[in-house]
Amino acid sequence: MACFIVPGSEAIVASIVKRLIADKQVASPGQDTTKTEDTRATQPKLSLKTKLSWLTGMLWGGALLLALEHVWHGEVVFYPPFLTAMADPADTAVMLQEMGTVGVGMAVLVTVAWLVMVLVADNLPALRNALAKRQNATSPTNEAASGEGA
Amino acid sequence: MTLIITAAAALVVTALRFFLPKQGARLHLGALALMYAGASLMWCVDGIASLVEGESFVELADASAMADDALLGAYVIGLGLLAWLVVLVFKRITTRRTAGEAH
Repeated sequence: MACFIVPGSEAIVASIVKRLIADKQVASPGQDTTKTEDTRATQPKLSLKTKLSWLTGMLWGGALLLALEHVWHGEVVFYPPFLTAMADPADTAVMLQEMGTVGVGMAVLVTVAWLVMVLVADNLPALRNALAKRQNATSPTNEAASGEGA
Repeated sequence: MTLIITAAAALVVTALRFFLPKQGARLHLGALALMYAGASLMWCVDGIASLVEGESFVELADASAMADDALLGAYVIGLGLLAWLVVLVFKRITTRRTAGEAH
């Protein structure tokens, strides 16, 4: 009925936080250019602002596209009270319950997906290094084995 | 059906972003992919809520409802593209303004 309002509200909060972080980075530049400890991993770490832009992108985009679905189904209208469920108190109660269950679930799932993305992005250089080390460790034995075979 | 169409669009755009890194970064395909992925995740929760209420996760039994959902899916893709174009124009203007200030 109006479940998209919950992720939309989270999008507003995340956008404000992103803006504050961006302002802080402008005030103290150079903090974002830290390299990973391993010398082989030359990629700079992603800034918190970049990571937050993934979250805001998913939340704003998802809320916008869900809003279209609600307009399509006649649950959102372009005149007051905008949400058709607001016209009837019984419907309003159902709407609020749906926002508390489905809406919160949407916001939580998107946030969890974002946390997974952040974890993968943070550990990607280390994973690449581990893979490269393993390949380097196995390649001489492979060459020796192929040499023996010949 | 809307969920299937949006999830498919998210997969296609994500694949384009990774297989064409230069063009993908220039065209901000990541923003479009995130938009579709966010909506797909949200509709997944909607589908789970339908399952809990005893309905199906995705409506596939009724042909007219499926056609209606497919049309909605097409509109969702269109709105996503429109929003992406707005983001693209906004980023271009911001980049140009930043470059102008640097000069």
